[in-house]
Amino acid sequence: MIDASVQPAPPETTTEQLPASGLTTRSMLLNVGPSHPAMHGVIRIITELDGEKVVSADVEIGYLHRAFEKECEVVGWGQAFPYTDRLNYVSPLMNNVTYAMGVEKLLGIHPTERCDYIRVITCEISRITDHLTCVAASAMELGAMTAFIYLMKAREYLYQLVEELTGARLTVSYVRVGGLKADLPSGWLERLNQELDKVLKVIDEVDVLLTRNRIFIDRVKDVGCISKETAWSLGFTGPVLRSTGMARDMRKDEPYLVYDRFDFDVPIGAVGDNYDRYLVRMEEMRQSARIIRQAIEQIPGGAVQVDMSGRPLTGAQMVDAAKMGMTADLLLRTVRVDPTLEGTDRESARRVNAQARNVVLPPKEETYGNIESLMNHFMLIMEGEGIKPPPGEIYIATEAANGELGFYMVSDGSGNAYRVRCRPPCFYLMQGLDKMIIGGMIADIVATFGTINMIAGELDR
Amino acid sequence: MGVGGEAPGFFTSRLSDSIAWARKWSLFPYPFVTACCGMEYMSVASAHYDLDRFGAAWPRFTPRQADMLLVVGTISHKMAPILRRVYEQMCDPKWVVAFGVCTCTGGFYDNYSTVQGIDRIIPVDCYIPGCPPRPETVLDAIMKLQSKIQKQRHGLTGMVESPLRDRSGTIA
Amino acid sequence: MNEAADHPIVARLKDSFGDRIVESHSHRGDTTAVVDAARYHDAVRFLRDDPQCSFDFLTDIAGVDRLKLKRKPRFEIVLHLYSRRHNVRFRLKTRPANDQDPVIDSIVDLYPAANWPEREIFDMFGVRFERHPNLQRILMYEEFVGHPLRKDYPVNKRQPRIKEREIPDDRPGMLF
Repeated sequence: MIDASVQPAPPETTTEQLPASGLTTRSMLLNVGPSHPAMHGVIRIITELDGEKVVSADVEIGYLHRAFEKECEVVGWGQAFPYTDRLNYVSPLMNNVTYAMGVEKLLGIHPTERCDYIRVITCEISRITDHLTCVAASAMELGAMTAFIYLMKAREYLYQLVEELTGARLTVSYVRVGGLKADLPSGWLERLNQELDKVLKVIDEVDVLLTRNRIFIDRVKDVGCISKETAWSLGFTGPVLRSTGMARDMRKDEPYLVYDRFDFDVPIGAVGDNYDRYLVRMEEMRQSARIIRQAIEQIPGGAVQVDMSGRPLTGAQMVDAAKMGMTADLLLRTVRVDPTLEGTDRESARRVNAQARNVVLPPKEETYGNIESLMNHFMLIMEGEGIKPPPGEIYIATEAANGELGFYMVSDGSGNAYRVRCRPPCFYLMQGLDKMIIGGMIADIVATFGTINMIAGELDR
Repeated sequence: MGVGGEAPGFFTSRLSDSIAWARKWSLFPYPFVTACCGMEYMSVASAHYDLDRFGAAWPRFTPRQADMLLVVGTISHKMAPILRRVYEQMCDPKWVVAFGVCTCTGGFYDNYSTVQGIDRIIPVDCYIPGCPPRPETVLDAIMKLQSKIQKQRHGLTGMVESPLRDRSGTIA
Repeated sequence: MNEAADHPIVARLKDSFGDRIVESHSHRGDTTAVVDAARYHDAVRFLRDDPQCSFDFLTDIAGVDRLKLKRKPRFEIVLHLYSRRHNVRFRLKTRPANDQDPVIDSIVDLYPAANWPEREIFDMFGVRFERHPNLQRILMYEEFVGHPLRKDYPVNKRQPRIKEREIPDDRPGMLF
């Protein structure tokens, strides 16, 4: 059992004398990173080596510090969503959702039930893409290039769905305070079902390639072990903590959104080595798919039936009419939305946004159609105005792909955040990295580091 | 021959064309990956959008063996000296591609920790905007880089005349 | 915000520490207590060890600079704790007394998870933690002067580490 409060010894070299020849050896200081293929992103691990064995290690971070918290204070509550995308950039929707839930908690509002279901579906898709990337990258670094290529293919299926829904593959900014940017496009849920089948098939193929593969098992079994108590005391959460044997998942312990309506299991490991972390992630992907299928069945509100028998007009015609002041009957007509903007029309927007005029942007038909909505839109967008939560502070946390992602927000009543602190799950995981690699060999650093799924955007913020 | 102010003759320009053809179809990228653009780089390098068709599939993870420095993702001031050192460790001929808007101009990170464009640290040959750029954009950029390489003058001595260097060969 | 004296955790804290619990409130379901800086370490130990509290998990430590709120003391250290046994969360805050040289006890001996967050608060705000094993900058580089998350540090005041290039304006056009 490793004593968590003992810090690694500072890198003094240890000298040893070999009896037979009278030669002396000395330990070596090796710098791994920051620009290193296995240090996804940029981490520097300063290791002291005795031959190939790691005697002590020190982790240096901060090479991707992009001042997220300072930017949030400058740009305003609603405009921080693109910055939150780039925190954990392999599961951007989860960061968006957690941040939006935090601001909604400060405001005391809650969006519609359909919005909650869509948020759950997008969170679980993000979880699957995160685990796909993690397993792919760590397999590639151990030499399993095929697993990487297959899992990237699976990730492409999901990226195409996300792009249909949000407009972007990676940095989505889909969630808004009080709801979402747009409702689901028509037929998206059926396509999601089909793509999930394809993704699960790829996961099964990679399972066959890796799980009982002698070489893979030799590299990852009993490597990078950490005990349950040490992990808990170091602040670990997420798949790494669950692989040590502790059954802690916020979706079960403190359910948020609509997770309490779904039936899913939480995989728990036994030993806390790299192999357990790999297995936990593979199983979590399958459980996420299970949650998504249940959500697809349970989601309220079917397709919006927009009556086009009246006098429909296209978006461009609506905008032109409004700019020329011909707004007399705009609100009576239905607008035919361009396919890339599907889901943003008035009826759809109402289904996924809270009815809170001080927070949610009015739909475009109303912005162009009547002056009150135009002023409402203006007050929400212009600098110095915007969403103004009442003064107070909250902490919101959700179960992100890496663990407990939390935001501590302080509002002073103005349109800009006073303080936003992001509690990144991998900050605490990296704190414990040196305990996991000490005693192992250099090659084990690569394996251990890969399965922790360090995302530098989140770690350094 | 080939370097300096000499006018190209028929054989030197044919030689330059063939050396350029060889170089542009066998780029060895060094992916200096830091942030989110790295995910799009992984997509570009994978099967769907294939970087292998340019001969640039195999990343060389040591600057000594690479000739294309792909700077992928935001460079902070803490990372800047390391980027400079990696660039200096690469041998000529070398090309630098700024992948993503954070490397072009700093992106929307106008703050105390981000370098506002890597051309403040190293000379850049190709800028790829986008946050992150779609894989098709990256492929288009590689094609533009290839046409740039084709138009540069290559000689048997191996020196490439780059417009970013002055005549004495020092880096601008 | 309202006084949360009847919340069980706050009541336990007030029993043991009396008027050292400077204020408490409950907002949107989160309960907070503010303890005097001198008893901060004892209060954290109490919250960890007392069987009715048993907060065995340190979720996060954050720092806040209250300069723009025009409140004294200026800096605030915010602790988020979670108890696995009772499945409750709690927030404990404390304020170092001296604004010019804020110092507070480190709780690394109680929660090993506090090591890096305290380094980050030192880096970003300049609050020093006594008896921290390795109090150095963690996100910024050593040559950086100042503490960036303080309210009086401008957001785009850059301190480059290496000399930046002159970007020539007379470059020839793109060779396509």
